[in-house]
Amino acid sequence: MKNQAPPPSPLHQPAIHESGYRHVSGQARYVDDWPLPPGTGHVWVVTSPHARARIVGCELAAARAMPGVRAVLLARDVPGSLHIGPIVHDEELLARDEVLYVGQPVALVVADDLAAARMAGAEVRVEYEVRPAILTIEQAIEAGSYVAEPHVIARGDVEAALAGAALRIDGEVRTGAQDHFYLETQAALAIPGEGRTMTVLSSSQHPTEVQAEVAAVLGVGRNEIVCEVPRMGGGFGGKESQATPFACMAALAAHVTGRPAKVWLNRERDMRITGKRHPFLGRYDAGLDADGRLVALSVELWSDAGFSADLSLPVLDRALFHLDNAYYVPALRLCGRACVTNLPSNTAFRGFGGPQGMVVIEEILNRAAERMGIDPAVLRERNYYGEPPRDRAPYGQEIPWAHNRLPRIHARLMESSGYASRREAIAAHNAASPWQRRGIGFQPVKFGISFTKSVLNQAGAFVLVYTDGTVQLNHGGTEMGQGLHTKMLTVCAHELGVPVSAVRVMTTATDKVPNTSATAASSGSDLNGQAVRHACGILRERLRAVAARMLELSEDQAAALRFEGGAVVHPGSARSLAFPDVAQQAWLDRVSLSATGYYHTPGVGYDHATGQGTPFYYYAYGGVVCEVEVNGLTGEHRMLRVDILHDVGSSLVPTIDRGQVEGGFVQGVGWLTCEEVLVTADGHPVTLGPSTYKIPAVGDVPVDLRVELLPQAEQPGVVHGSKAVGEPPFMLALGVVTALRHAIGSFGPGEVELALPATPEAILRAVQRQRGPSTT
Amino acid sequence: MRYAGPDMDAVLLHVNGEAREVLDVSPTTTLLEYLRGPAGLSGTKEGCAEGDCGACTVVVIDPDAPGGPRFRAVNSCLLLLPLLHGKHVLTVEALSQHGGQHGGQHGGDGPGHHPVQQALVAALGSQCGYCTPGVIMSMFEACYRGDLDAPWKLDDQMCGNLCRCTGYRPIREATQQIAGLRPDDRFGAALAEVGPSTSATLRYAFEGRGGTPSQSFWIPGTLSELWDLMDAHPELRLVVGATDLGLDVTKKGERFPALASLQAIAELRRLEHADGRWSIGATVRLADLEDATAQALPPMARMLRFFGSRQIKNSATVGGNLCNASPIGDLAPVLLALDATMVVAGRSGERRVPAGEFFVSYRSTALRPGELFVRVELPDPPANARVVAYKVSKRREMDISAVAAALRVDVDGGVVTAARLAFGGMAATPARARAVEAALVGQPWSQASCDAAAERIGDDFTPMSDHRGSAWYRATVAGNLVRAMFDDTSQCAMPGLPDRPTSMVGTAGSSSVHHP
Repeated sequence: MKNQAPPPSPLHQPAIHESGYRHVSGQARYVDDWPLPPGTGHVWVVTSPHARARIVGCELAAARAMPGVRAVLLARDVPGSLHIGPIVHDEELLARDEVLYVGQPVALVVADDLAAARMAGAEVRVEYEVRPAILTIEQAIEAGSYVAEPHVIARGDVEAALAGAALRIDGEVRTGAQDHFYLETQAALAIPGEGRTMTVLSSSQHPTEVQAEVAAVLGVGRNEIVCEVPRMGGGFGGKESQATPFACMAALAAHVTGRPAKVWLNRERDMRITGKRHPFLGRYDAGLDADGRLVALSVELWSDAGFSADLSLPVLDRALFHLDNAYYVPALRLCGRACVTNLPSNTAFRGFGGPQGMVVIEEILNRAAERMGIDPAVLRERNYYGEPPRDRAPYGQEIPWAHNRLPRIHARLMESSGYASRREAIAAHNAASPWQRRGIGFQPVKFGISFTKSVLNQAGAFVLVYTDGTVQLNHGGTEMGQGLHTKMLTVCAHELGVPVSAVRVMTTATDKVPNTSATAASSGSDLNGQAVRHACGILRERLRAVAARMLELSEDQAAALRFEGGAVVHPGSARSLAFPDVAQQAWLDRVSLSATGYYHTPGVGYDHATGQGTPFYYYAYGGVVCEVEVNGLTGEHRMLRVDILHDVGSSLVPTIDRGQVEGGFVQGVGWLTCEEVLVTADGHPVTLGPSTYKIPAVGDVPVDLRVELLPQAEQPGVVHGSKAVGEPPFMLALGVVTALRHAIGSFGPGEVELALPATPEAILRAVQRQRGPSTT
Repeated sequence: MRYAGPDMDAVLLHVNGEAREVLDVSPTTTLLEYLRGPAGLSGTKEGCAEGDCGACTVVVIDPDAPGGPRFRAVNSCLLLLPLLHGKHVLTVEALSQHGGQHGGQHGGDGPGHHPVQQALVAALGSQCGYCTPGVIMSMFEACYRGDLDAPWKLDDQMCGNLCRCTGYRPIREATQQIAGLRPDDRFGAALAEVGPSTSATLRYAFEGRGGTPSQSFWIPGTLSELWDLMDAHPELRLVVGATDLGLDVTKKGERFPALASLQAIAELRRLEHADGRWSIGATVRLADLEDATAQALPPMARMLRFFGSRQIKNSATVGGNLCNASPIGDLAPVLLALDATMVVAGRSGERRVPAGEFFVSYRSTALRPGELFVRVELPDPPANARVVAYKVSKRREMDISAVAAALRVDVDGGVVTAARLAFGGMAATPARARAVEAALVGQPWSQASCDAAAERIGDDFTPMSDHRGSAWYRATVAGNLVRAMFDDTSQCAMPGLPDRPTSMVGTAGSSSVHHP
C-alpha cells in the first residue's frame, strides 16, 4: 500500500450511473414497485368532465356498493386543510363546489385493487351545472383573468430608442404546452404508523413539500409525517409541485380507511390531470441599428397558468430573466403576466420559463437576419454581452466579462463544426435539390443559475461513518435520473478519501435532512454538493485528529495528512492508516462519526418591485450548431448533424453531464418540433398517451451527434469548480428552429413564418408560403 | 361440441425458464399485469398500456417463426396472458445470473450481467431507469438477430422504446455494440431446445366473481374447430397479436366474454411467393412480411418500414391490420394498388373478394357472420408497372399515418395505360383516387401529367382534420405524393428506401435506393 500510488479521486472522472446496474437488471425499485403492506388499498381518481362547472350534487351509493370498494371520498372528507399549493394555497385537493378544468380531481375511490376502484369510479355520479370557461390566453386577457399584477423589468427610454432604430422587427410568437412524459407516472404510497404518524413514499422532486402538505391535509404536525423518495422514473419539473396532490390523496385514503393506500396514475390519468410546460404568447417590438445590433426591445409576455397559481409566477419571472438570452439590449421594457384559464395548472418544466422567454429574442434575431440577408450566427455574435457597459442584464446584474464564456464557445464551435464551409455547401446542395433542402443553425445559450426565490438556495446533508469504514450519505436532493446521487457519491468519496464502493447513497427522506428545497432549478449538485462537502469536512477534521494521535503527529504534521485512496496518509513519513482503522479508533476514542452539513448560496437577491437585483449566482453557457434537411413536399425534416459545446465548469462527473446535455437538447427538440398538446374547443384534452402525443424517438436523433464539454472552465465558488447542467442544454434546441428556417428560406425569398412546434404541417405551410401564392 | 364441458385447461407458460400454471385469472389479464402482479416480477414497467412507449417490453420465443424459433421483443402491456400459452417469456430479471443480486454500491457489476446490460451501463444508456428494462429486452432481441446490418435497422429495432432522459445516443451506441453478437450462452441454448412448433391448443374458462363477468378463451388447432366455436359463440372475438384488441382491454376496460386466438392454426401463418404470386396468411406477423418483401416486393416493404415499432411488427398480423378496417390501415393501400384478392373462408368453403370491395365502410369489412379472413393473394406487379408506397406521419417512427398511399401506374410505350392510386387517411376507408387515376390514364408518363393529375385530388377526397393533420395538410400532401411519384419511380420502377430518409417522398436519386 505504501509504495503504490493511491487510486485517483473519482472527482472529474468518467463514471457509470450510480444505479446503472440496478436499472438494467430490473432491480431498481420505484414507488409502484414497492412490495405492498398487507391490506393496501388502491385509489382511482375521479375527475371533472367539464372545463368549468358548479357541483350541484353527488350520488355515491352506487359506487360504494361496487365489489371491493372501501371508501369513496370527497372534499368534505379532508380532515385538515382542503387547500394546497406550492406557493399560494389556491388548489382544492378535491374540488368542493366548483370544478375549474377537465380532469380536476373530484372524488377518490379506494378499493381492494385498481381495477375495482376504476370500475367503481365510473359509478360516481356527480351533477354539474356547466359555466362558461376561459380556454385561451386571448380569452383570459379579454376577461382580465390573471394570477397577479404584471412583472416589469425595464431600463432606458425604449420608445425613443425604437423610434431611432434603423430596423424595426415587430410581431407575435407563440409556444405550446409540453407534457413532461416522464416514463414513470405519478405515484405515492401512504403507510399509516402508530398514532397520527404516516410514512409516504412519493415519486417527488420535493419531499419536504409532500411532508408539509400531507401534514396540512391531515391536520397534524409535520413531525408526524415522513416522506421518502426512493428514486423517480423521470421528473423534469413535473414532480416539483405536482407530485404533492397525489401523495396527499394517498395519505387521505390511508387516514380514512386506516390502512395503507396507494395512488398510481395510469398514463391517461396522468396526462389528463397534471399540468404541462406553460404555453406563452409574446408580442414584441424590437429596434436594431444598421449593423444589426439591438438598440431597443419592448415585449409583452403572457403565460397560460391554467386554473391555479402553482409555480406560474416564478416561471414567468424566469421567462423575463431569460428573454435577453445572451444579448445586450441597452433600452428595454419587458412585461409579463400569467393568465388564469380553465386548463390543468401548468407547472415547472426544465428551463422553467427560460425557453419560452428566449424564443422571443431568437425569433427577432432570426427575422432580422433574414431581412438583412446576413448569417444569423454573425448577427447573434454582434449582440453578445461584452465588456462594460455591455455587461449588465436587464435586471441590473453584472454579467462579468471575465466569466462570459460565449465568445470562447462561439469561436471554438464555429471552427470545430466547420460552420462557414458547411453553410456554403448547403447553398450548393439546395440549388441542386428541388425538394430536399438543408439548413444550418447556430444557437448560443446563457442561463442563470439559482432559485430566483433566493431563500430556496439552501441545502443540507447528513453523513454517517460506520466503524468498518463504510459510509451512508444522506442529502436533501432527489434522484430522478439526472445523476445527482452519482455526483454526490463522488464528492463524498473524494472528501473522505474513500472508494465510491464504500459509500451508499440513502433514500431521500425528510427525517434525515429536513426543510429541503425542491431538486429543481438545475441547483441539485451545486447546493447539495456543498452541503455534502461541509459534512464530510467536519468528519474529516475529527478523523484527522484521531489519525494524528494514532501516528503520534504534531498539530502541524496533522494538517498535512491526506485523505485519499481509502487511507489517511502522512506525506512526510509516507506512513498511512486504512480509513476503516481510523474510523474504528474514533469510536474507541468516543469521537462522533456522523455530521450534518449545510450550505446557502451567498449574495443572491432580487427586488420584484423594482425589477432589479442579483437573482443568479452565476451563468451557465453553451452553444450548438445543427444541420437539418427539410422535405418540401411533406414538411418532414431530419436532423443530420449536431455539434454541441457546453460549459459545465470542471465537471464533477463528465459522463453524467454529457447525458444531461444530450438529453436536455433532445427534449428541447421535442418541444420545438413534434410535441403538440392538443385540447378541444371546450377544453377536453386530446393527447392523452404516446399514441397521440409524440416525443422524439431514437430515429429522430442524428447519428452524428458531437458533444464537447468546454475545457478549462473551472467556475470559482461552486463545488469543485463545476457548474449546473440540468436545464441550460434544453434551450440549445432553439438552434433547430434557426436551421429549419434556413432550409425553408431556400424555397423562396423573404422572411420565414414558421409556427411552433415545427411539425411537418407547420413546416409545409411555411414552405408553401415561401414558394409563393401560385403554388398549391 | 369439443370445447363444451367443465374440463378446462390451465394456461401453461414459462417465465424466465420457470414453468407456471395459471388457472384463476381473467383471460383479459395482460401479460404485464400478470408479471407485475401474481408473478412478482416488477422489473418490467408500465409506461402507457398502449404499446407506444416500450417500457413493458419482454421477449417471447416464437416457435413458429419462419426459419425456426426466435426471440421476439413484444409489448407485454397489450398481450393477453392466454396468448402466451405454451410459450417461453423472458423478462429483464432473467438476464443477470442470480438475478443480479450480488452486492456493491452499483448494484453489482461484472460477470453476472449479460452483454446487453454491460453495454448499456457502460454507455450510460440509463438515467432514470424506467424505460430501461424495456430497452434492455429490445437490445436482447437485437443481440440474437443476425440481420441488423444497416443503420435504419437499429432505428427500427429500438424505436419502440421511448426514453425521455438520454436523448438516445448512448442507447443507440450500446445497441450497435451488441447487435448480432449472438453469444454462445444459456439463452442461445434455450432457443435451440424449443421445438419447431409447439403450438398448443387451449380451452380456458374464468368464472366471474364479485361483479366481474365470466370469460372464456380458446386456442383452436384447426379451422374446423374454429367454425364450431364461432357457431357456438356468436359474440366470439378473434385475436392473435392483440395490438389492437389489447387497447380495448387496457384503455376501455373491456372484458370480452369469449375470445379465440388463431395462433395455433398453421395454415393461417403461411407466407408463400411462387410463380409470380404472393399468398400471405392472415396470421403472418408484419415483421416477417417485411423481411420477406424487402427485396421481392419493395412497395410492401416500404410501407412496413415505418409501420410501427419492432415490438408491434413482431406481434401484429396481416389479418389484424386489414380486418380492423381502419381508415388508414397502412397495408390496405398497398393491396389496393397491387390488385390483391382477399380470401375469406367459412364452414362452407372459401370466397374471394377483391381488395377494393373488402373495405365496405368506416371500420367495416365484407366479412359475413361466420367468416374468417384467411389470406391475401396478389400477383407480382407486371414489368411495365411503376409502384411506390408512401407513409407520412407527424413522427417518422411509430406513428399513425396522416396520409398513406400506394401509387401504381402501368406504362406502355410512354403512355399510362392503367392507374391504381390508393390512399389511407383520406376517407372513411382506404380508397382509390378515381379522378386522379382517370386524369392519368391515356396521358404520356411525365411530370407534367402527374402535376396535372394531382390537381384532381380534391375531386376524390374531402379528408378530415384531426390531431394527425388538418384537412389542408392531408389534401396538400396527397397531391404532392402524386407529383413525387414520377421522379421517385424514374430510376427504378419499384424503389426501396434510402437508409435513413428525411421523408419517403421525393427520395429519388439517393444512392442507396433499391434497384431490383
